[in-house]
Amino acid sequence: MNSVFTQEVPIAWYLLLSAVLFALGVVGFLIKRNLITVFMSIELMLNAVNLSFVTFAHQWHAVKGQIFVFFVMMVAAAEAAVGLAIIIAVFRARATLAVDRIDLMKL
Amino acid sequence: MNAPLHLLLIPLLPLAGFLVNGILGRGMPKWMVTSIGLLAPLAAFLLVLNAASSAFGIGSAATLLPYVETCPIPWINVGMLHVDFSFVLDQLSLVMLLVITGVGFLIHIYSVGYMHDDESYARYFSYLNLFLFFMTVLVLAGNALLMFVGWEGVGLASYLLIGFWFQKKSAADAGKKAFIVNRIGDFGFLIGMFFLLANFGTLTFSGIAAQLTGNPAWQGGILTVIALCLLLGATGKSAQLPLYIWLPDAMEGPTPVSALIHAATMVTAGVYMIARTHVLFDHSPFALGVVAIIGAATALFAATMALVQNDIKRVLAYSTISQLGYMFLGCGVAAYSAAIFHLMTHAFFKALLFLAAGAVIHAIGGEQDLRKMGGLRKKLPATFAVTTVGVLAIGGFFPFAGFFSKDAILYAAFLQGNNGKILWFVGLLTALLTSFYMFRLWYLAFMGEPRGEETHPHSTPASMLVPLFLLALLSIGGGWVGIERFATFLSPAVGASLTSSQASGSHLELILSILAVAVALIGWFIADLLYRQNPSRPSSIAAALPACYSLLAHKYYIDEIYGAVIVKPLLAFSTFVLGWAIDAGLLGGIAWFIGGTATFSGAVLQRWQSGNLRSYAAWLAAGAAAVLLFIVVPWSIVLANLGIHLNVAGH
Repeated sequence: MNSVFTQEVPIAWYLLLSAVLFALGVVGFLIKRNLITVFMSIELMLNAVNLSFVTFAHQWHAVKGQIFVFFVMMVAAAEAAVGLAIIIAVFRARATLAVDRIDLMKL
Repeated sequence: MNAPLHLLLIPLLPLAGFLVNGILGRGMPKWMVTSIGLLAPLAAFLLVLNAASSAFGIGSAATLLPYVETCPIPWINVGMLHVDFSFVLDQLSLVMLLVITGVGFLIHIYSVGYMHDDESYARYFSYLNLFLFFMTVLVLAGNALLMFVGWEGVGLASYLLIGFWFQKKSAADAGKKAFIVNRIGDFGFLIGMFFLLANFGTLTFSGIAAQLTGNPAWQGGILTVIALCLLLGATGKSAQLPLYIWLPDAMEGPTPVSALIHAATMVTAGVYMIARTHVLFDHSPFALGVVAIIGAATALFAATMALVQNDIKRVLAYSTISQLGYMFLGCGVAAYSAAIFHLMTHAFFKALLFLAAGAVIHAIGGEQDLRKMGGLRKKLPATFAVTTVGVLAIGGFFPFAGFFSKDAILYAAFLQGNNGKILWFVGLLTALLTSFYMFRLWYLAFMGEPRGEETHPHSTPASMLVPLFLLALLSIGGGWVGIERFATFLSPAVGASLTSSQASGSHLELILSILAVAVALIGWFIADLLYRQNPSRPSSIAAALPACYSLLAHKYYIDEIYGAVIVKPLLAFSTFVLGWAIDAGLLGGIAWFIGGTATFSGAVLQRWQSGNLRSYAAWLAAGAAAVLLFIVVPWSIVLANLGIHLNVAGH
């Protein structure tokens, strides 16, 4: 029973995937100009973290990590609702979604 | 069994008078102000009389002196420092209290007449009561700190009363001068007190005296330092060399104030303090010698300045300084009882002279210049009579009060070992000068013909005349107690006096007395020669000796010298070094630098706040990365590989 399919995926792979996804999220957040893409990058980071939560929960047989994932998803859903509403409001007001132009709060 | 004497009430009653008149006096009718202002000192005086009668054992068993009354609440109780509100009645403070409240009450009565038309009538009486409060605290205090409270307090009252007519610039300046010069003396007192605490562990006079008498071999050294510090305090308060300069200017105050504070009571606080701490001085012959020299020098120095003064109150002021010099001389030859005796008689006749001068000034409409007086004996016969008594008393003529006390001091000085003869001679010379300048005043004011514009002196009210007559009686009879009895009475408080122990040489004493009276007569004769028989002679003498005369008339230029040597450099130092360099330059510079740094860094950091969301996010990510790097990397191992060893706790 030494086939590829019965072998468990090593934990490091999950964590590596999580780190890669998180880094992609950070980079996307920093370099993308479109507000919606930025928003999606945030979601990506959140889900990267969720992945590592689940990984560790599985590894240590601790259910807390999985519960945490539900919390994060819930917050992300709420954030998506509020964030999309803000994006629509911004677009209506400024007719653009370029983050560089939305800098009214600077001193 | 001692009956309670209510010592605490003696200061507290005048304090109550001060509070009532000071706070409510403006709105009260005059008769209420007067009655409160007079009742407080009267009640205090009656309490003192009660204490005196119980001390002398009149009516009941004698109260044993010293009688101590301590407030149950401790004042200061920190570490080794224990200070109570303790009031001590012994022979010394009893004599002082009698003088202060007695003469003080008379002067209060006099003030009713003198200050009648002043618009700040209530303020005047509240200050006067405040003075009595502090002065009785000073005298009754059982420890140096409480005495210092009184000491500072009388300084405050003196300041307030000298500058009573503060609308007049010279009066306000004189008040400030008195206060500031006294600060120098107070500084000495404070330092002396610190030394006392450090060396004796207590500030109570009885505790200090007990330690010193238990250790007679302890001489000089730190005791000399303490005694000299206290002496500095005494010279400030009692207007001795070199701090006498404030007293002549203090004459800007109302004349009853000059009589009460600057002649009879407050200025004698220095003498009282030396007598109170006499054990210290007894253990330091050097300090005693300094006291004697300062006393004799001040007596002579001030007397010479009194010779040429034309302001009637200034003559009396210099005469006060001179007489205080006698008291210091008495203290300096360890004849404390003689000094206190002179203090008492001086309080009588000098208060009398000041009040009489006040009556003259009051009668002729505020004129103080002797050259514009003259011939007042016909217009003010009562004042003339009492002034004559005062002049004879201060001149030391038998049988007036001054004769006995001055004689006691001179005799004690004569008997004192090494330099006693010199001190005695200086004292005798001063007696000659005293007699001369007092008769000069007498002739100029009362004899001859009126010199000023024709004035119509208005009569002196009874409230002013009664105290004058009472003081005149005291000036005549006050000396008849006699130094022997007085010294025996005081000896428990100030130690056995030289005079009483060596009274056997009474032939010598008689000769010295005759000499003193003869000298006083000579002074009178010279004054008579110059100011009655040949009134033009004084100015011709002055013209013949211009340098000498202007030196005296300008008071040896001491004020100018102090101004040039101390005041001007101090002012310049304050203006340029402290004001410009330290305050504006250093402190202002530091403040400017700190403020500038904040503004500048704010301006730099402001650029960071770009409003660009992505730049914020980038900084956030960079910060998170830095924290992560710090946590994840095993720094001690990395550094150890680089050859750097951190000195972490645990190694």
